[in-house]
Amino acid sequence: MSLISTLARLEAVESGRAQPLATVCHRRLSDRPLVFVPLTTAGEAGAPLGALVGTDRGSPRLLTVAQPRDRDLRFAFLAELAETLLPHLDAYADDVEPAERSETDPETGKRVKVEVELCVDAPQLIVPNRPGVDFVRLLGRSMRFRRTAEQDPDTPYPAPARVPLLGRWLTHYGERARVPGSSLLLAATDLLNRHWATGQSNLEDQHLGALLAWIDPPDGGSGRDAALRAETDRDGRGQLRCPPAGPATDPAFDNRLLAPAIDEYDRARQFLGAAEDGPGADEQLGRLTRAEREIRALLESQLRPTWDAVWRGLDLLRELPEGARVADRWTRDRWSFTGHRDRVRSGEPPQPRHDDAVTAAQKLASRETAQQQLEAQEALDDPLVLAGRRLAGEAFIGEVTEVVMAYSESKRPSPRPLVTLYSEDTPQLGERTKVYRSLDGKPQSAEFVGWEPDGGGTLVVRLTDRMGRGREPAEGSLPEKGDVIAWTLFEHDQRGGPKLPSTEETPWTHGGPPAVEGRGPGAVPLPEARTPADGTPSAPPLPLPDPVTEDDFL
Amino acid sequence: MRGNAFEARVKADGGTELMRLLHERMGAGSPPPVPGEVLVPDLSAAGPEGRVARTALALREATGADGSPGLWTLLVHPLVALDVAGSPAYLEPDAVVVGPDGRWTVVEIKSFPMIDSSADPAKVGAAARQAAVYVLALERIAARTTGARVDHSVLLVCPRDFSNLPTASVVDVRKQLSVTRRQLTRLTRIEDLAAELPEGTSFDLERCSQAELTAAVDSVTAAYAPECLAACELAFHCRGRARSAGAVEALGRGVRGELGGLTTVGAVLAAARGESAPGTADDDPTVVALRRAAALRAEALRSLPEGAVAGCR
Repeated sequence: MSLISTLARLEAVESGRAQPLATVCHRRLSDRPLVFVPLTTAGEAGAPLGALVGTDRGSPRLLTVAQPRDRDLRFAFLAELAETLLPHLDAYADDVEPAERSETDPETGKRVKVEVELCVDAPQLIVPNRPGVDFVRLLGRSMRFRRTAEQDPDTPYPAPARVPLLGRWLTHYGERARVPGSSLLLAATDLLNRHWATGQSNLEDQHLGALLAWIDPPDGGSGRDAALRAETDRDGRGQLRCPPAGPATDPAFDNRLLAPAIDEYDRARQFLGAAEDGPGADEQLGRLTRAEREIRALLESQLRPTWDAVWRGLDLLRELPEGARVADRWTRDRWSFTGHRDRVRSGEPPQPRHDDAVTAAQKLASRETAQQQLEAQEALDDPLVLAGRRLAGEAFIGEVTEVVMAYSESKRPSPRPLVTLYSEDTPQLGERTKVYRSLDGKPQSAEFVGWEPDGGGTLVVRLTDRMGRGREPAEGSLPEKGDVIAWTLFEHDQRGGPKLPSTEETPWTHGGPPAVEGRGPGAVPLPEARTPADGTPSAPPLPLPDPVTEDDFL
Repeated sequence: MRGNAFEARVKADGGTELMRLLHERMGAGSPPPVPGEVLVPDLSAAGPEGRVARTALALREATGADGSPGLWTLLVHPLVALDVAGSPAYLEPDAVVVGPDGRWTVVEIKSFPMIDSSADPAKVGAAARQAAVYVLALERIAARTTGARVDHSVLLVCPRDFSNLPTASVVDVRKQLSVTRRQLTRLTRIEDLAAELPEGTSFDLERCSQAELTAAVDSVTAAYAPECLAACELAFHCRGRARSAGAVEALGRGVRGELGGLTTVGAVLAAARGESAPGTADDDPTVVALRRAAALRAEALRSLPEGAVAGCR
C-alpha cells in the first residue's frame, strides 16, 4: 500500500466513511452482467450447495442441491447451471465484427495480417468475492474432464450433455481473471476495494457486507458502526444477519439449520423409497417436496443478501465515469472471449491439467505486461492515481514556461525542441532519463536535459518524436507556453518480451517437447494415461477423466 | 468427522495404501513394504505419560537397535511429548513410519484436496508447521536411540482431485523446523507470564462473572494485528481496543511500518495537515512525505466537479 492510500484509509477511520481511491471507474462494467453467487458444501472439494444466478437483479434463478453428496443431484445442479450460463455466453458469440490480427505465416515465417472475427461485446461474470473467483475455477476444473454418455458410452457416471462445455468456459473465465486489468470475471469486493479506501485493513475488506457498510452505510450513519453490525449481528436463532458472501457458509448456519434440514430430506427419501407404490407413497412424496422446499428457502436466505449486495456495489461503481483507457483493455477481453469461442468451435480438447513450459512462460509474460500496462493506464486516466505516482517520483506535472527550437546534428536535421517546465514535483530524473506525455492518446517521448541552476523547480526536456517527418514540427505536436502537462517516467505502452520458442522446440531444461498428444505435457503421469500400444492413429484422444469411485465423498 | 473418515480409509488394511504411497514417494533404495508384513504395534497405555513411554519403546524396537531384521513399522497415533515454555505438551501425529534403514517419517493426513498435484498453499503451510513440531518432538527420542534419524521431510496425504482416493506429496519442513526451534527457545516461561498479572486474576469461564472476566482480559496487553481475526476468538475484543486507542496497527502491520514514529491515527492526520505533532520534528522524513501526500491527494480531489465522487455523499 502506498503512503497516499494509507492516508486515505486513515481519513476514512477519522470520518467513519470510506474515502475515494479513484476518480474514474477503472474496470469495464457490462450493461448486462451475469451475477453468480455460489455456495459450497463445507469440507468437500467442488461440491456446490446452491447458487443465485442471473442478469436481472429482481428475479435471480435459484439453484440448489438438496443432498450435496448425491452425485445425481449434483449433476442435475450443474446441468441447470449450464442451461443458465451457456445461453448467456452463446448470445454474445455470434455478434461479430471483422478485425485484423497478425499471424506468422507457417511457410514464409513472415508476419501477415489475417481477417478474423471479433465479438462486438463479451459476456461479463460477476461474483461476490475472491473465493468466489477461485470457486469458478474449481467448478471449471471439476467439470471439464467429465465425459458425457455421448463422448464415451462406457463411462461409469456420465455427466449431463453440456456440463463439460460449461467446465471449459468457467476454466477460461477463471484463468482470464488472473490477468491484471481484465474484466471478464470480476469479484465485487475487488472492484469496490480498487475504488474506495475503508477505515479497516485489507483482510477485513474481503467481507462484502462490511465493505459496503463503509462505502455506503444503510442509514447514512457511521460506516464503522454499520460494518461492525455487518460482521457480528446475529438474530434470535444465532444466525448472522449479514451472511458471509460465500462460497463458504457460516458454521452456525450449517450446524443449526442446514444439517437438520438435509437429514429430514434424507429420511423423507428413505421412506419414499420404502413406500414404493403403496398407499403412503403420496404422503411421503409430499414430505419429500416439503423437505426440499425447506432447503431451498434456507439457501435463499443465505444467498439473497449477498445477491443484493453485489448489485448495490455495481450501482455505486456505475456512478463513476469510465476511465478513458478502459475500453482498450476491454477489447483485449473481447479477443480473449473470441479466441476461446474459436477453440471450442474447432473441437479442440479442454484446457490441459498443467500448462506446458512454453504456454506457462507465455502466460506469465503476458500477465506481467498487462500489469505494467494497467498501472500506466490507470495513472493516465485518473489524477488521483497519478498523484500516487507523483509522490513516488515516477511522474510529474509541469507548466511550460518556454519552448526553444533546436535541431538534431545529422544530415537531415530533425526538430528537437527544448521545453522548459516549472514543476513543484520531485521526479527522480537522471541524465537523459526518458519521459513521456500523452499527445492525442499516443505517447510522445522526451529526454531530460537538466535542472535550471536557480534550484526553483525549473527543468528542461528535449522532445524526441511525434513531430512529423518535415524540418518543421507538425501542427499541434509542440506544447505551448502556459500548457500544464503530466509527464511520466514510465512508458505508456508495454512491448511484449522476446519471442518464446514454439511448443515443439521446448528446450530440455524445461522438460523438452511434449510427448503425449492431446494431453498437457508435464501432467502427472497417471498410470492409465499411457496410449494403447496398437499404434493406430485416430482423432486426438480425449484427456482422461478424473478417477471416480462409487462414492465421491469423504 | 470428514477428516477422520478419510484418515480411517487411508490407514485401512494395516496401512497398506499408506505404506505404498510412502514407499513410492520417499522410499528410494529401500525394499518395498510387503502388504500384511508391516508391523503395527499396539500403542495403547494408561494416561498420557504411559502412552508416551509406550511410543518411545515401540520406536526403539522398530528401529532395530538390537539387530533385528529391518522391517517397516507403522505407528498409528503415537503420543510424543514436547517441552513448551516449561510445561510438557502432548502431541499426537497421525502416523509415524519407521523404515528398514532406521529412518522415522512423520505422516500427516489432511482432508483438503490435492487437485492436479497442488493444494491450497495456506493449508499446506499450516500442515507443514504442525508436522515440524512432531519432527522436533521425535528428534528428542531419536537422540537417545542408536541408529535412528528423523526425516526432515514429511509425507502429506490428501484426497486426490475430486475423489476420496488418497494421494501424497513430500513436504520439506526444514524451514518450519528451524523457525519452531527458535520460537520455542524464545518463549517466555509460563511462570514469568503469570507473575506479570495482578494478584488473583483468573480466566476461569466457569467461576468468574462476566465483569471479572472482562477485567482479567483487560489487564493483559495485546499486540493486535488484523491477522488475529482468522486465528483468535478474542480478536474482536482486541480490535475494539486497538481502534479506540487509535492505533494504526488496526489497519495492518505494513501500515505501521510506513509511518515511522507516528503510532496513532490522530497523530498521523495532524502531521499530514501541517500541525506539529509532539515528539516529531517537522523535518522528519515521514512527516514531510505525509504532507506531500496530503497535498497531492487534496489537489487531485479538488480537480473533480462537486459531487463527482460517488459513495461519499
